[in-house]
Amino acid sequence: MKPALQISDLDAAYGSVQVLRKAYLTVPAGKVTSLLGANGAGKTTMLRAISNVLVKASGRIELEGESILGMPTDRIVKRGVAHVPDGRGTLAHMTVRENLRLGAYARRDREIDADMERMLGYFPRLKERFHQQAGTLSGGEQQMLAISRALMLRPRLLILDEPSFGLAPKVVREIFDILGAITTESSISVLLVEQNASLALALSDRACLLEMGEVVIEGPAQELRDDDRVRRAYLGT
Amino acid sequence: MEELLHQLSAGFSSGCIYACLALSLVLIYQATGHVNFAQGEMATFATYVASVLLGLGLPYWVAFAGAVAVAFAGGMLVQVVLVRPVQKAPVLSAVAVYIGLLVIFNSVAGWIWGFMSRDFPSPFASWNGIGGSYISGHSLGVLAVTLCVMTAVALFFRLTTVGLAMRAAAVNPLSSSLLGIPVARTLALGWGMAAAVGAVSGILAAPILYLDPNMMGGLLLYGFAGALLGGISNPWGAALGGVLVGLIENLAGAYLVGTELKLLLALALIVGVLLFKPHGLFGLRTVSRV
Repeated sequence: MKPALQISDLDAAYGSVQVLRKAYLTVPAGKVTSLLGANGAGKTTMLRAISNVLVKASGRIELEGESILGMPTDRIVKRGVAHVPDGRGTLAHMTVRENLRLGAYARRDREIDADMERMLGYFPRLKERFHQQAGTLSGGEQQMLAISRALMLRPRLLILDEPSFGLAPKVVREIFDILGAITTESSISVLLVEQNASLALALSDRACLLEMGEVVIEGPAQELRDDDRVRRAYLGT
Repeated sequence: MEELLHQLSAGFSSGCIYACLALSLVLIYQATGHVNFAQGEMATFATYVASVLLGLGLPYWVAFAGAVAVAFAGGMLVQVVLVRPVQKAPVLSAVAVYIGLLVIFNSVAGWIWGFMSRDFPSPFASWNGIGGSYISGHSLGVLAVTLCVMTAVALFFRLTTVGLAMRAAAVNPLSSSLLGIPVARTLALGWGMAAAVGAVSGILAAPILYLDPNMMGGLLLYGFAGALLGGISNPWGAALGGVLVGLIENLAGAYLVGTELKLLLALALIVGVLLFKPHGLFGLRTVSRV
């Protein structure tokens, strides 16, 4: 089976500031892959290179065997890549319903309403706030909205940029429990950026560690869990 | 009493036109996040197009539709050629472009069609007014058209996916593109729609104001005051604000400040609203969390 995403030789830069050098990564189909590393290591940049926003990239990025490098963002989304950006990207001035509806913008089928119901089933708190402006939601609720909005695309690849950022541990657990349930019951592939390495590795089948814009180690999650560098610097054991 | 009724009815008539213009300002604000100062001149230009089409002997509503279509295409073209390059520039650069547009449209209209006022027909001339001369058939027609356009616009922004995408793309282009929205094309579409609504207001205003290149100049200020008074984030509020401004303008012009200072009144209203009620009377308070 072709991997959901295959990245190799990836350089990425903001203007003249190069952030990623010769980065590589494989996201196996139907599995969760996490991207680990300290602040400024280049995790978010790699995600932006995949969706082709804000950053100039060169190298190879293949989605299910086909190159998507340099493709306009809306066409990448149409191919099934849902990207929850850092800071969640919810549309504060629009209601929960409108946000969810726009998650399915690239879809043209009749099951959008049914999917919306399914999302409200995963996150009942969104149901209570269905007609409220997204800006009035708590941080955790906004993250739930961002994730369910991304799922409204029925994505083949779900990209999550630090879904736990700034949230209370209890809310993080709630979100990760639901993420775990969604990924096991569907064939979706997930690429997860996370500062909390132990949380991410527990959910992942595969992982990649970035330091200063370069890949230090990439492989099955177990391999990273056992790696001394990862243990010392990121797991605290 | 007689005098008061006349002032009220005159205020109501101009208010309906301000409402239509306010609506097009709101539209472009919702679809682009900017206020287009050239909106009035673009509307005047479209009205000249309607006048040319009428001159060719086309039926009124065909000329109307033709001018609105030309305005739509023109609005999109302006966005692609002139506005897109300053999309990411500071707001002041965008404002400079809008003011430049205002001057260009004004001069080009004058250059092609001259600065003499022209008559423009009203399709509602045969309608019966209310109370004899108090509210004319044309005013009622303007009100009816404004209500229709307003309802269509409000429903469009709430219920259609394209409308939702426009609101999203105007405020948050980055997240919108991550949702698969073609942001550049969507913004161009927003400009086209706003120009089309602007054209409607120009064509409706022309029978009262007479068509000349400066027709919409002062009107834009009133339309803007109306949009702010009602709330620039709410199409219904803005339209109602437009009607209110028309009434206030006429009453104050007659009883308070005299006709010479009416335009100042609009300015005072704008400043007052921005100072004391920045979201307007019916505006949606936007909430953002840090």
